[in-house]
Amino acid sequence: MMKQLLPQSQLRRSAAASAARSSVSGVEGAGGPDGVGAGAGAGGRTASSSTFWFLLHALCCLISLFLGFRFSRLLFFLLFSSSALYAATSNNKSAVLRAITTTTTTTTTTTTTTNTFTLSFAAAGNPPPSNPDNLTAAALEEAAGSTQSHVVVGRHGIRIRPWPHPDPVEVMRAHRIMERVQEEQRRWYGVREPRQVLVVTPTYSRAFQALHLTGLLHSLRNVPYPLTWIVVEAGGVTNATASMLARSSLTFVHVPFPEKMPLEWADRHATENRMRLHALRVIRERKMDGVVVFADDSNVHSMELFDEVQKVQWMAAVSVGILAHTGTAEQPRLTEEDKKNMPLPVQGPACNSSGHLAGWHTFNTLPFSGKTATVVGEAAPVLPKGLEWAGFVMNSRMLWKEAEGKPDWVKDLDAVGENGEEIENPLTLLNDASYVEPLGNCGKKVLLWWLRVEARADSKFPQGWVIEPPLEVVVPAKRTPWPETTMDVSSEMLDAKQEQEDRQLPRTTTASCWGYVF
Amino acid sequence: MMAGRVLVAIAVLAAAAALFVAAEAQQAPAQQGHQTERISGSAGDVLDDDPVGRLKVFIYDLPGKYNKKLLKKDPRCLNHMFAAEIFMHRFLLSSAVRTTNPEEADWFYTPVYPTCDLTPSGLPLPFKSPRMMRSAIELIATKWPYWNRSEGADHFFVTPHDFGACFHYQEEKAIGRGILPLLQRATLVQTFGQKNHVCLKEGSITIPPFAPPQKMQNHLIPGETPRSIFVYFRGLFYDTGNDPEGGYYARGARASVWENFKNNPLFDISTDHPPTYYEDMQRSVFCLCPLGWAPWSPRLVEAVVFGCIPVIIADDIVLPFADAIPWEEIGVFVPEEDVPRLDSILTSIPTEDILRKQRLLANPSMKQAMLFPQPAQAGDAFHQILNGLARKLPHGEDVFLKPGQVRLNWTAGPVGDLKPW
Repeated sequence: MMKQLLPQSQLRRSAAASAARSSVSGVEGAGGPDGVGAGAGAGGRTASSSTFWFLLHALCCLISLFLGFRFSRLLFFLLFSSSALYAATSNNKSAVLRAITTTTTTTTTTTTTTNTFTLSFAAAGNPPPSNPDNLTAAALEEAAGSTQSHVVVGRHGIRIRPWPHPDPVEVMRAHRIMERVQEEQRRWYGVREPRQVLVVTPTYSRAFQALHLTGLLHSLRNVPYPLTWIVVEAGGVTNATASMLARSSLTFVHVPFPEKMPLEWADRHATENRMRLHALRVIRERKMDGVVVFADDSNVHSMELFDEVQKVQWMAAVSVGILAHTGTAEQPRLTEEDKKNMPLPVQGPACNSSGHLAGWHTFNTLPFSGKTATVVGEAAPVLPKGLEWAGFVMNSRMLWKEAEGKPDWVKDLDAVGENGEEIENPLTLLNDASYVEPLGNCGKKVLLWWLRVEARADSKFPQGWVIEPPLEVVVPAKRTPWPETTMDVSSEMLDAKQEQEDRQLPRTTTASCWGYVF
Repeated sequence: MMAGRVLVAIAVLAAAAALFVAAEAQQAPAQQGHQTERISGSAGDVLDDDPVGRLKVFIYDLPGKYNKKLLKKDPRCLNHMFAAEIFMHRFLLSSAVRTTNPEEADWFYTPVYPTCDLTPSGLPLPFKSPRMMRSAIELIATKWPYWNRSEGADHFFVTPHDFGACFHYQEEKAIGRGILPLLQRATLVQTFGQKNHVCLKEGSITIPPFAPPQKMQNHLIPGETPRSIFVYFRGLFYDTGNDPEGGYYARGARASVWENFKNNPLFDISTDHPPTYYEDMQRSVFCLCPLGWAPWSPRLVEAVVFGCIPVIIADDIVLPFADAIPWEEIGVFVPEEDVPRLDSILTSIPTEDILRKQRLLANPSMKQAMLFPQPAQAGDAFHQILNGLARKLPHGEDVFLKPGQVRLNWTAGPVGDLKPW
């Protein structure tokens, strides 16, 4: 600190004492390694002037002591630098001042990195020395009053503001700017007119519902298009589902479905199909506009799916990865031949060479024959039945009573299922299935995965996953000295106490909490 | 009666012109569509002008020691940042504006490569450049009459060096030398541009620094990759080798950027040069282009090519093709003294302005004008240089000297420069 202050104050004193020019000459005359002092003192001197010169000399020695080579270089600079270095000779004075000033500034900067002290030699008076915002350039420009370029070669101060930390308001503004820029980017390179996505999900309250719905909820929150989630719940509307939907901050329609979800997988498939059809009727009634995506709660969807479905004209098919989860260590016995010919676990459109729909690729259930789960929660592979709805997307206008350009190969929704027949897959909504568009690079890209994982129907789980009453201790914490014990309680007493507690525990331990869910 | 008819004709023409201008203006926003916007500079919509037919350039046939032999000795000259002087020569040799008849030429070009003198590590040395240039000029003055009749006023030279025709990399020394006296009347095509500076002559054409176009093309990423970096910069803040105390390099501006914003999450700034440098620029909204030892830098070219709004921190800089490109509308200019407030300045730019700047940057003619592709393509920097030269035609009154009039001082300059090369 001393190092900084001393030269500053000395320089200020020397500069303020006389006009700038004479201070320079005084400094040059008295000290410096160039021995110019000899020249200044050539003429005859009075006693007072000689002491004056002596004092000045001592002063400059002290300065050189602190600034070292920098001081000598400064003098050299002042003495021998040509005026060609500066834009105009009239700027010499101001530039010289600036040079002195900025040297000091730099010293400060290298020793402490927080503040720069800049001295401004204004025309009148001594401005406060440590005002970091008071920058030399502006002040000197006013003083010199030059219209020449103020860009000067040489050493400049490094300007650091007093609080070089981000302002949270500005950070938020920057983020908003970036959001707007990204929105514009999507508009240029992405989809021209993004359509709303109508997600149809059949669900019911059970142990695994929270697991599945949370995953689906997060996927839907990340979809960059306007979205409406149509949740059809078997067994009516329950609080558990309703609270999950409310917390999702998505636009949703919670539709009750009177039937309860059956226990057998075959029946469950049928019920789900009916629930989906019910949702389609809701869409038709409310004339909702957008692209209908069937997202079962246990499925996993990629973000590209939602980008791809924007391209649908009337009805399209995408490739679904079918994950038949076995659930047990037993794998279906496959022969080597079976393994070689094992087809891909994908359901999707198959195209011919010209890129048109030629047929369907479905999941091969033969290797699993006889060993599939029949009851929900059974530890056996759950397989899809025929074509899964998840692999199809449609334009909601196809469901409306009247829509402009609605093709004639689409059946009227009211005509479907009115006789009580079962709706196996979305192709029953069409008169002619060959008009379905293949998406995802003609089915080459798998955009979502189908999976069915459930617990036993009678699995217990906390209502709404809130634990009431609070959990009981099953395994006590390790022996630690409790904070209440005082220092004079001896260790033997502690051990005795601990043993007593141990003996008491087994009686209070209740049945273990494992086996709740499996 | 005649006067009346003339008046009517003028009125009709004026109305037609007004309608046409109105139609143009209406058409302009919708024309380039949603993505880009037309670049209309102070000289009008000139980036797409075709120079062929508007001027003729004669290339002096200098002996190989000025160009070919230098290149053969060190082919690295083609890759360093002053390579524009070589590429310009190659472009002109096969260009349609070239003429072999000097009598009909509007401009004369001297193919000399003054900075093709590289250190072992590849840095160009300027020490022999003045002598080489002087020797070349002496040659053309003696062998052809065209130099003497105008003393170089209808000649142009490409001097894309740190400080242009001052031929030195250190600013103080360059200012000390000044522009080579023999080039006082010639038109200089240079990258250096700073107002009121000794090394920028009136009437010079400022060009972008050479950046390898193929390398940049290879690093393009899909346009829908969201721009998630707010401010991006990679480079030195302190040049500890040449300026250990700081404050000299970049006039302290780069150091100021570092000290003020190193902890700011919006600023992705560092000296570390990652292999994804070009890709990162395409993911940024703003790219800083502060001055270094000289005010210009290839960062400006990179920012324009990658659609990142350039933030120019260099007081009084003159940017490339300033009469054709409206840089104030495309980039953000921050005075060096305002660097500590850079974050406030950038976040307070209205979003509409930012989007407009991005649309202007997306204009392909803008990107093309910054590049020196091999072989040359329409609208690229070579053509913009020719456009600039064409805009200076026809030559003024004082270009051609009257017989007996001599303006240049052939013995001016440092003694070392007068030695033959």
